[in-house]
Amino acid sequence: MGEFHDRGVEVVAISVDSPVESRKLCQSRGYSFPFLSDPNTEVIRQYGVLHPKAGEDGQDVARPAEFLVDNAGTIRWVNLTDDIRVRARPEAVLGAIGRLGG
Amino acid sequence: MKPHWNVAIWAGFAIVIVALVSYIPIFALFPVTRDVPWANYLLFLVGGGLLTVGVRRAFRDPEHYRGKISGSILGALSVILCGFFVGSILYFAKQIPSAESALRPGQTAPPFVLQDTTGKQVASSDLLKGHRAVVLVFYRGYW
Repeated sequence: MGEFHDRGVEVVAISVDSPVESRKLCQSRGYSFPFLSDPNTEVIRQYGVLHPKAGEDGQDVARPAEFLVDNAGTIRWVNLTDDIRVRARPEAVLGAIGRLGG
Repeated sequence: MKPHWNVAIWAGFAIVIVALVSYIPIFALFPVTRDVPWANYLLFLVGGGLLTVGVRRAFRDPEHYRGKISGSILGALSVILCGFFVGSILYFAKQIPSAESALRPGQTAPPFVLQDTTGKQVASSDLLKGHRAVVLVFYRGYW
């Protein structure tokens, strides 16, 4: 994670989990980057990454996805997995950051 | 002579259990063992091998080894558990909707304001202000 900060890039996690649940997760895993709560899936819908009725109690959740947004607010790179287990590797994201230029 | 306890059967079954339950807390944490769960497949293979050895000798040499019944039950159970694991990996994990609706590179990232873990409102514009870029990681939650 330090490598992202060294390059001036912030990492932010977004899910439907409440702030309390996310805090527990951060504490247990030692995550230091911001975790944001989108309980109404408002932002999740705007980014088109809704996975309807896939939560534990049948509620809507986010599908796994990574977006790289430059500081002009433009999406520069997207990773959309077809397997909930397989996330973008840090190297892939760092590679995309390297191609940002500027 | 009283037949021995057939240790291969129980050891094999124990390894099969480990193969099943170790994925999420251990191997899924590392991309190398997560994307293709070879470590778990290997454990299933070792456990299955031991079980096979145990069951075979229980049937071939019942005077020396016990475990005809326990071996058969645990063997069948292991096949089911292994099938469940492989099915989860190859089928259920891929049951996510198509990504067609997702935003693409070049599009404008919709601005947002969301609560962080301390209850503070965080705006995407604030995140971008102090940084070259921001990586938004959407995840399912409930971890």
